[in-house]
Amino acid sequence: MKLLAIDTSTIACSAALFDGGDPRERFEIAPREHADLLLPMVDALLAEAGWSREQIDVIAFGRGPGAFTGLRIAAGVAQGIAFGLDIPVVPVSTLAALAHGAMREGGGTRVLAAMDARMREIYWGAYELEGGGRLVARGAEQVCAPMDARLPVGEGWFGAGDAWDVYGDILRLRLGPRLAGWDAGRYPRARDIALLAAPVYMEGGGLPPEQALPVYLRDNVAQPKKRKPSAPE
Amino acid sequence: MRVIGLETSCDESGVAIYDAREGLLAQRLHSQSRMHAEYAGVVPELASRDHVRRILPLVTEVMREAGTGWGQIDGIAYTAGPGLVGALLVGASVGRSLAWSRGLPAVPVHHLEGHLLAALLERPAPVCPFVALLVSGGHTLLVKVERAGRYEIIGETLDDAVGEAFDKTATLLDLPYPGGPALEQLARAGDPARFSFPRPMVDRPGLEFSFSGLKTFAANTLLGYRHASDRDRLRADVARAFQDAVVDTLAIKCRRALRATRLSRLVVAGGVGANRALRQRLTELAREEGGEAFFPRAEFCTDNGAMIAFAGCLRLQGGEWTRGGFDVRARWPLDALQAIAPG
Repeated sequence: MKLLAIDTSTIACSAALFDGGDPRERFEIAPREHADLLLPMVDALLAEAGWSREQIDVIAFGRGPGAFTGLRIAAGVAQGIAFGLDIPVVPVSTLAALAHGAMREGGGTRVLAAMDARMREIYWGAYELEGGGRLVARGAEQVCAPMDARLPVGEGWFGAGDAWDVYGDILRLRLGPRLAGWDAGRYPRARDIALLAAPVYMEGGGLPPEQALPVYLRDNVAQPKKRKPSAPE
Repeated sequence: MRVIGLETSCDESGVAIYDAREGLLAQRLHSQSRMHAEYAGVVPELASRDHVRRILPLVTEVMREAGTGWGQIDGIAYTAGPGLVGALLVGASVGRSLAWSRGLPAVPVHHLEGHLLAALLERPAPVCPFVALLVSGGHTLLVKVERAGRYEIIGETLDDAVGEAFDKTATLLDLPYPGGPALEQLARAGDPARFSFPRPMVDRPGLEFSFSGLKTFAANTLLGYRHASDRDRLRADVARAFQDAVVDTLAIKCRRALRATRLSRLVVAGGVGANRALRQRLTELAREEGGEAFFPRAEFCTDNGAMIAFAGCLRLQGGEWTRGGFDVRARWPLDALQAIAPG
């Protein structure tokens, strides 16, 4: 299996190749440059790995939550490549990828992924590593005020994501001693998207290209305009 | 040469396949206007969200309809600007990566070049040079088209675009968004003699337009007659007076433009180009000037994928494509384009 993974959900832009060993990755903090960087990153990775485009079996992408435009860039590129190569897509939660990365590097098994969602809200998800190395979500992903984030049971939780900087005070206060530590400098990465997507693909969970769609979580993005009453009598 | 074109610059998702020898092979359009109606205008974020759901199924449909496999496709064109950045990025990311995955050239197309050249999809096609009047919800331009790709803007609106003035006035007349076509319909029943609206900026030389005052004039007229007993009559008469003023103003400037450039062919493009009163008037005018007016069919006046596939095909024949990323531009001056090299 040869898997390509991409993520453009935050100010970070990354791509990774995975075929069972250690993923090969390009990662850059590059706000507003994703459209310019992403495909050249993939080209560089393919050249380095000695793969041709046609050898790619599946494409995984960070489906959100995250910056709306960035989510659509990753979804659009996943759609285009999957359609062009006639291969399936695997959408991966960016919160799960964020948590997976924190566990991979930090060694813990319980992560609270929190990304700044602007408008005084955060994207929030609790993840645990189960026996057998499978990442499991504890409760549904949320977009909410930091005060309203649902806290999971138990101790030894580790915080990951930039909301632990922006709203760190509130979140730490709420967790108290159940929080073991945090890393606010962490973003979702294609490497973790790849590692999470591979078993999904192997178990037949790939989707057709047109189903490479973002999951925004925030869906109330516009207020319908009230019809003006007719001209005064 | 055969090119797929993707258009997602505003609130229409359009996809088409154009063949340099066989012409337009297939085209599909999904309009979002009903979705934006309850917001009384295009909501950019909602537009982008819809494009990313619609665009790939449209590609599938046009390829099936054209009976075209990847082996016969020579390039992918997409609108790269001007327009709503988030919306543009959907077409650009899908288009660029489709091209990437197939090892095909990708061609970023200027949206307004697509509109200007849309008339060339029709038969008989106008021959360059010509004067183009581009009238839509976002633009009001008079352009001297020396040849494909070489555009000189000779007149522009100073405030509202014509289509915008149509839509805003339609809202005053209680018409549902987008109101341009509904206003045209209402104007047909109106009395042309009851009101006379001003013809903005015709009393001074030059080819500039201004349409925001007309909307205000309509609002004041409605206010002045708010006690009128027959409100339906009033709405129709105001619609008629407004449309007559717009058509008159555009006609006066077009006549000036033809005379100033010493050209005889007038090409009309953009959504307002579908207005029948405008078409009739400009047809007569061109004839009076010893020339001819050209109009793309209504579906090529509004945003569509066909014009992007066509312009992209011309650019690709001229050896232009992109090898890098898929950056888009909210603003992109039309006269910054280079002439298209003969293919």
